[in-house]
Amino acid sequence: MKLIARRAIYFVVGLIIWIFGAWPFTDGKIDIQMFVAGVIAALIVAFLFHDILPREHHVFVSPVRMFWLLVYIPVFFYYIIKANFDVVYRALHPKMPISPGIVKIKTNLKTDSAVTALANSITLTPGTLTVDLTDDGFLYVHWINVKSDDIDQATKHIAQKFEWFIARIFE
Amino acid sequence: MTDVIGYILITIGVLFDIFGCIGLVRFPDVYNRLQASTKCVTLGTIMLLVGVALISGVGPTASRAVVCAVFILITSPTAAHAIAKGSYASGVKLWEKSVVDKYAEEAGKKES
Repeated sequence: MKLIARRAIYFVVGLIIWIFGAWPFTDGKIDIQMFVAGVIAALIVAFLFHDILPREHHVFVSPVRMFWLLVYIPVFFYYIIKANFDVVYRALHPKMPISPGIVKIKTNLKTDSAVTALANSITLTPGTLTVDLTDDGFLYVHWINVKSDDIDQATKHIAQKFEWFIARIFE
Repeated sequence: MTDVIGYILITIGVLFDIFGCIGLVRFPDVYNRLQASTKCVTLGTIMLLVGVALISGVGPTASRAVVCAVFILITSPTAAHAIAKGSYASGVKLWEKSVVDKYAEEAGKKES
């Protein structure tokens, strides 16, 4: 029963997203074709992928979290742009100043969505790429310019600046 | 005015895409290449799409461009992670001058 309720909720949410996303596409009119396509797409999503969506989705609808998300977006883009100049510098430098390696870092985040957000943030920011994560809260990160292979030092360099925000948004 | 900003964004985006491709060719192993391709191509393509949205103005094209930009921002790092993990699992070695490989211990643990 609970499973059906979850699927129904995802169906409705998917349909709403589709209609709000499709509305500008059709120059302000929602025609029957668009609606039927939306119903089919939302059905597929709700019935195939209901179990890979985060279990704790209800917590996202909260003004405090939305506020921190809005604060996080500019910070995130600042780091993305910094990361790009970093990579461009390393790619264009004649001697290619890289000393790559895979380091292990620790995270205190618990929920699936928070760890996913952290892993994606790490991948898009200077010189780091998440390779794998373990169940007990460790991440393996490929680092283009290893400064320290110690777990605590590496965590301080890579993850700490995001953890603070992500803990407030997703946990 | 928005046209000019849009064209500037498209130019910068294409430049980042080119630099990402140069990095893709120059870096020594698959993990470093992923770093170059993921970061530069994500930002470059997002800037390109935002530029297109600015030039075309409010309408169907702009909303599609924005939806595509959000989609790329979410899926690109996920895809890079999948490729990195997959290539490590299938035995692609790190560059021989790599400094440290903590992941080897974890992979060894799984095999035994």
